Amino acid sequence: MTVTSSTPLGLPAEPPIDLVTVTVDDIDVSVPKGTLIIRAAELVGIEIPRFCDHPLLEPVAACRQCLVEIEGQGKPQPSCAVSVADGMRVRTQLTSSMADEAQRGIMEFLLINHPLDCPICDKGGECPLQNQAMSNGRGETRFHGPKRTFVKPVAISAQVLLDRERCVSCARCTRFAEQIAGDPFIELLERGSNQQVGIGPDVPFNSYFSGNTIQICPVGALTSARYRFRSRPFDLVSVPTMCEHCASGCALRTDYRRTTVMRRQAWDDPSVNEEWNCDKGRFAFPYLTRDRITRPLVRVDGELRPVSWPEALGIAAAGLSAAAGRVGVLPGGRLTYEDALAYAQFAKGVLGTDDVDFRARPASVEETEFLAAQVAGAPLGPTYADLEAAPFVLLAGLEPEDESPIVFLRLRKAVRRSRQLVASIAPYASYGLTKLSGLLVPTAPGAEAAALTGLLGSTGESDTVSARISAGLSEPGAVILVGERLATSPGALRAVVDLARATGAALGWIPRRAGERGAVEAGLLPGLLPGGRDLSDVADRAEVAAVWGVPLAALPAQPGRDLAGLVEAILGHRGEPDPEVVAPVGALVVGGIEPVDVADPAGLRAALDAVGFVVSLETRHSEVTDRADVVLPAAVVTEKAGTYLDWEGRSREFGAVFRDSLALPDGRVLAMLADALDQPVGRGDVASARAIGARLGVRPRESMADAAIEATTETTTQLSETTTVSAAGFQAARLQASNESARSESARSEPARSESGLLESGLLGPGPGQALLATWRELLDLGVMQEGEPHLAATARPAVARVSAATASEVGLAEGALLAVSTDAGFITLPVRFEEMPDRVVWLPTHSAGCTPADTLGVGSGALVRLTRGSAT
Amino acid sequence: MPLTPVLTAHWDEPDSYSMVGYRRHGGYVGLQQALAQTPESIVQLVKDTGLRGRGGAGFPTGMKWGFVPQDGNPHYLVVNADESEPGACKDIPLMLANPHALVEGVIIACYAIRARHAFIYIRGEVPHAFRRVATAVREAREAGFLGTDILGSGFDLDIVVHAGAGAYICGEETALLDSLEGRRGQPRLKPPFPAVAGLYAAPTVINNVETIANVPSIVTNGSSWFRQFGTEKSPGFKLFAVSGHVQRPGIYEAPLGTTMRELLEHAGGMRAGAALKFWLPGGSSVPMLTPDHLDLPMTYEDIAAAGSMLGTGTPMVFDQSVSVVKAVTRWLEFYKHESCGKCTPCREGTYWITDVLKRFERGQGTEPDLDKLSDLSAQIFGRSFCALGDAAATPYPAALKYFRDEFVAATRTAVDEDYDPVAPTVFAGAGAR
Repeated sequence: MTVTSSTPLGLPAEPPIDLVTVTVDDIDVSVPKGTLIIRAAELVGIEIPRFCDHPLLEPVAACRQCLVEIEGQGKPQPSCAVSVADGMRVRTQLTSSMADEAQRGIMEFLLINHPLDCPICDKGGECPLQNQAMSNGRGETRFHGPKRTFVKPVAISAQVLLDRERCVSCARCTRFAEQIAGDPFIELLERGSNQQVGIGPDVPFNSYFSGNTIQICPVGALTSARYRFRSRPFDLVSVPTMCEHCASGCALRTDYRRTTVMRRQAWDDPSVNEEWNCDKGRFAFPYLTRDRITRPLVRVDGELRPVSWPEALGIAAAGLSAAAGRVGVLPGGRLTYEDALAYAQFAKGVLGTDDVDFRARPASVEETEFLAAQVAGAPLGPTYADLEAAPFVLLAGLEPEDESPIVFLRLRKAVRRSRQLVASIAPYASYGLTKLSGLLVPTAPGAEAAALTGLLGSTGESDTVSARISAGLSEPGAVILVGERLATSPGALRAVVDLARATGAALGWIPRRAGERGAVEAGLLPGLLPGGRDLSDVADRAEVAAVWGVPLAALPAQPGRDLAGLVEAILGHRGEPDPEVVAPVGALVVGGIEPVDVADPAGLRAALDAVGFVVSLETRHSEVTDRADVVLPAAVVTEKAGTYLDWEGRSREFGAVFRDSLALPDGRVLAMLADALDQPVGRGDVASARAIGARLGVRPRESMADAAIEATTETTTQLSETTTVSAAGFQAARLQASNESARSESARSEPARSESGLLESGLLGPGPGQALLATWRELLDLGVMQEGEPHLAATARPAVARVSAATASEVGLAEGALLAVSTDAGFITLPVRFEEMPDRVVWLPTHSAGCTPADTLGVGSGALVRLTRGSAT
Repeated sequence: MPLTPVLTAHWDEPDSYSMVGYRRHGGYVGLQQALAQTPESIVQLVKDTGLRGRGGAGFPTGMKWGFVPQDGNPHYLVVNADESEPGACKDIPLMLANPHALVEGVIIACYAIRARHAFIYIRGEVPHAFRRVATAVREAREAGFLGTDILGSGFDLDIVVHAGAGAYICGEETALLDSLEGRRGQPRLKPPFPAVAGLYAAPTVINNVETIANVPSIVTNGSSWFRQFGTEKSPGFKLFAVSGHVQRPGIYEAPLGTTMRELLEHAGGMRAGAALKFWLPGGSSVPMLTPDHLDLPMTYEDIAAAGSMLGTGTPMVFDQSVSVVKAVTRWLEFYKHESCGKCTPCREGTYWITDVLKRFERGQGTEPDLDKLSDLSAQIFGRSFCALGDAAATPYPAALKYFRDEFVAATRTAVDEDYDPVAPTVFAGAGAR
């Protein structure tokens, strides 16, 4: 999604590549200057044995396995560390006795002390040392003395275990930790034959990316608590898959045995995750089989009872029919694109409702507008490659390390390799930002719009943070990345669009959940139809109705309500009742949603209790199924094929791991439900969904951004149903809806919310002992998809409350003491940590062990909370 | 050849290490003369002398100084005072007895290469040397030879004296740089060489203590004076630290080209009743030589031609009471202990060579083990990351060349049965057993 409609990012053309020609084993090859010998050899199909070499890590030349002869040099040279020179003549083990003898000597050295425990080693069968010992090693040892042994295993984190005697000191793990992840918590310790990987006292290897070290370990020295001794590689079936945990879009390899997933590894995709993934994507899969719902359930006398599919579908259809025209649909943010299309067709084509909102998180009408104008139907980009090439990246309400770890890795790569400058609009410099050497614009929650606007006219001292950011944003290729928490900061998304337009920077939206971009493209928002079409545009509606095979009148014509609007309608207006505005809601169809994730968990729970009829499509028992009248079981990601659209908009298609699973994807379940409603939509399988998706395509639209900007300044024009609506009109309608919503929002505000409203107007700031709540989710937290993996959970960052020292001193707290953060609804007590941040702002993790502010305090980002000394009980 | 005391000329005076003692004999005159010339002319002067590095490799010092890019960016002089080589004992006595020669040399060298910061990295196990050098630096600062606008020349310099934590590998220049930066001392990948990206990634000249200490007298006396000593390829004089079974172990400053026989005479000959068995020209890292080599001139080129190396120029002398097997085993134990662990051949090779050698020491070697040790040495030599591995691969092949019989004997008899372990010691015959 680019705001400027010109050429992609306006980058200068690639400079011509300087080629040099070298000879490897008498084969000429021309490669770019600076290419390492080992890479040049690969290009002509010659594999030089190696251990420490890794194409994504800086050379270290420590293992010496890749020694080759360079003609004219008296001693063999490490091919992993020497760059080619024009005319260089290289001889590998294939044509040089010097190279061959050197390699055999090194292999003997590596094997003398290596334990012969391959039959019980996790790496056995897929081990570079084992393989190369077979190809380049000697069959019998010449050494019979006692080997060096170590106590084993050593837990360098709860998740990663170390068997030191297997280690060949290649330093891949320590280099990964330092260079790629930026978490140098492991290092080689001691020297000589005692050299070993280790951690500092009481500082475990709690990196979000620690699992990658296990995968790149060329021997079995690093193993995972999850997989250790569970399986043999040759007993596993490997399936290429895509990660369902976030919108980064990682390619994975899922290894299963019989009906059980044994492990997941990062798969190689240079355009997305390179060869890495995060620990959540790697280890958080036990949830797939936990607490699964396998049969349809129907509530009888307050209890859920298993019933047959026809019975369950019949009851569901009857309940939805009874509420015809009054059904809301909350599909959740984790759907595949195919399932999202099915939900869109079911909601807007079958049920005829536009009360649809996929966002199971704090959201806003302003965000709905933003997504419709900036994201829906936008072409691919900015991409990971654009991020890597960008001279400057502004993070607006986004913590990449927590919210999209692969984006973080790519930014860190660019910061290290090409001195990219990163800046962040956030309350404090997070650990992730520190690792990006990023600039911080210290911003209290709610003040993001002002902070962003402030960057526009910043021309003062050239070395101020805002001046550097302004300069950075104007550079060709600059990118602004927007995170989900900006949705709850009034005016921030509009300010971001203005900033991008004014500076020419590309704009990327990075949601947390894997299904969110797909859901936007499928139109699972009020006012939106698939492919970025406008529900209010009759031509758009007609196109969609034609593809879905329904009459135009079957589609809703007026924008519907979002999740908060539905909850409000169900619970009744808390301010002045206005039945004209608030249409009643008779039933809800709910996908994968956890009430604790939304802005007002208590409200959603009450609404689920209060609404007449709830159909839940779920994989596992949840707070929603607890309140559902009919529960229809759905397939998990390993049981279905599908496509995720990652944050770039890139299609991440995958096949089912368990292809003979009887579990049904959401799309199939919805198709059966449509049949039961006597409004068939077809089979609802993945192939049909893709066919429908292809026919729907994307609405051609020009210069959406311009429209968005103009719309914010133009006076509102009345929308006519029958006239062709211009893009500007489309936006104007949105604006009107947003104004209405803003009115109703203020009307339904809680006391704390109205106080924060006064804050914004400058009438009231937090007093002593008060603070604005800043919050976002950390990567490893209480998310239900991390359940069942205690080793992973143990590497999560312990919850702390962060405040400025001045704020803490107002409450009389020293660093490390307990701070109680409270509202009328409840309190949270956590150790306090001091940060350089705006005074009277407190940061809490959104959903960590011992800290769920939405649930406990009943408020979210930007709310006013009280600070007091905490007590241990 | 007679001795040529320059650096050692006044070591017998009780205050030779102090500013007063140093200046009594013309100390810091060279600095004043240097500051009156251009930096380029000092570099040229050192080039003209043909001074070669005294740390062991013998690289021409003037050439090294000439590598430093004069682009106005920061660059550094680092003095390698991490003297740790078994048998080498010249830099530490020099720093104890004449630290101001080093300090003055550092100031002149920094002026020549236009460095504003210099570092002296001293082996951590010798706090007495550290204290002497630190005191000398403080005295120099008080005398106005360090700080800003030195002697009104506009030249600024400060010297940091840094104590290592005690690792042989930190004498390897790039490991020294890592250690100096506060990292774990392990050698760096080259290129980039320190002259391009050394300390804090800035161009860095790394010189040995003795090399730098030679500079003041060169400035005072000129290149032709220096070149009157030594040979065409090995000009000048050298601190020869003779140790082992000689009457008067010690430091003998003599022209390069002096023979080992002459050095032995300076040292009073072999100890009473002893005959020379083998000797090493410059520390344990160079191949051993025999009495047949006593008339070799001690120059870089002549020793190399005989299959060894001048190294640090600190001959170790062994008499007939010493078992070659045992000596080689001790050296390998040293290298095993000091291997940094970074590269496979050195880490594993030193460990397993030592393992096999200790079997020989117990009389449990085998004939195939002799070839195995040769193979292991060959598998390290030229394949390790840095010169430490090459050094560790050196003792056994040379010992086998001259003393194969002793290794064969050690396949049958424990070394201590053939060689009284007390006999080589200074307390031999004193009833120690």
